[in-house]
Amino acid sequence: MTQNQYKFVVLNPSDNVAVALEEIPADETIYLSNGTNITIKSLIEFGHKFSIKKMSKGDTVIKYGEVIGRSSQLIEVGEHVHVHNVEGNRGRGDQK
Amino acid sequence: MSKHTFMGYRRQDGSVGVRNHVLILPTITCATQAAMQITKLVHGTVSFIHQHGCAQVGDDFEQTFRTYYGIGANPNVYGVVVLGLGCETHQAKNVATELKKTGKPVELVSIQDEGGTLDAISRGAKVAAKMVREASSQRRVPCEISDLIIGTECGGSDACSGLSANPAVGRVSDLLVEHGGTAILAETTELIGAEHLLAERAVSEQVSKKVYEIIKSMEDRAIKAGVDIRTGNPSPGNRRGGLTTLEEKSLGAANKAGTSALQEIIAYAEKPTKKGLVWMDTPGQDIEQLTGMTAGGAQLVLFTTGRGTPTGSPIAPTIKISTNTPLFKKMDDNIDLNAGGIIDGTESIDDVGEQILHEILEVCSGKLTKAEILKQHDFGIWRIGPTF
Repeated sequence: MTQNQYKFVVLNPSDNVAVALEEIPADETIYLSNGTNITIKSLIEFGHKFSIKKMSKGDTVIKYGEVIGRSSQLIEVGEHVHVHNVEGNRGRGDQK
Repeated sequence: MSKHTFMGYRRQDGSVGVRNHVLILPTITCATQAAMQITKLVHGTVSFIHQHGCAQVGDDFEQTFRTYYGIGANPNVYGVVVLGLGCETHQAKNVATELKKTGKPVELVSIQDEGGTLDAISRGAKVAAKMVREASSQRRVPCEISDLIIGTECGGSDACSGLSANPAVGRVSDLLVEHGGTAILAETTELIGAEHLLAERAVSEQVSKKVYEIIKSMEDRAIKAGVDIRTGNPSPGNRRGGLTTLEEKSLGAANKAGTSALQEIIAYAEKPTKKGLVWMDTPGQDIEQLTGMTAGGAQLVLFTTGRGTPTGSPIAPTIKISTNTPLFKKMDDNIDLNAGGIIDGTESIDDVGEQILHEILEVCSGKLTKAEILKQHDFGIWRIGPTF
């Protein structure tokens, strides 16, 4: 099997998410440049993110080497990272 | 001729237009229907529908006035027929008086003074027709890229926006700045979470401080509303495109600003006082942002999109750039250029930047954008106060 058959990008070495540059089906294996392998837990649509590091609830989510929010629940490696498990930190008038 | 030259219209005040419109400027919503009728009668005229111009006060009144003035003063406009009703808060005659100071032809028509809609249309059409004939005798002359103010905007963003089209626009922004032009970054809402990166590039402590001030002011609006800003931004389409939080969207949006130093922060619809990269304080709402930048003097707008939008301005060509190749293929009616090659791995950010720059010079010399061909004349003023 060819390594890195699915296109994705990790934008900054400190990121804990990767961006799928094409649809990646569940159970596929992704090969990171640091030598580790990741099993994708559920289908990742084009442009969507998956976790490359385990995150506990409340952990900072990093993309572009910058903070994009915090996890609202435990996120295992290979999970889809999106609105169901990430909260924004900014413009939160609902959290006074 | 140098590599970065185009053929534009040199105005009396030294500014350069890339279009030669006669604008029918309705300064009150009550006059917009008559204004649209005039555009149907007279070739070469443009106008727009809006809901503003009466029972506005204070800063909100000033901002709307500044927008009317700025749209008329934009160098893409040869002359203006200011069309009012007569009894409204935003008096057409005051807008006309200010516009006359630019030296361009300005005529004033009032529906109440003319004795009703049909007579106002008749007189408006007559003065507009005369203006169009004069405008058509003006010739394009060689102009420099340093004569340009280019607005940058992203709308209907997806996760590719921050990877392809926005960095390519950032490259163009840097090239424009290097050659002495002006690039406008805007949509303050969609820079929340990326403000520190721009503040670092501010030319002075004062500008850096102002970055944090306008961000706080915008964020405080959401906080005062008692809602999570994510209920409105990122939009449902942004989220479907893979954007999870406003901060993530902002970090992608900030790429449009390239790497140049941030010269100043300007108010909505205000003309930049400096060359180089400037930041106009506008909301993220696409049409309000577009209107603000063109009222600030932008002759052309670069607009990136991942979901696909038809957006265009009545007076400024808007070059639509897709962030991904499937969108470029799907919405061929609306999208001018594709940055999706960067995602596909077939093109570099510099390659796409060069293509955009080439297209800018073509469009500034007269090539029509798809939004212009489809008469997508969007106009919306950022209201910052209630109506009374």
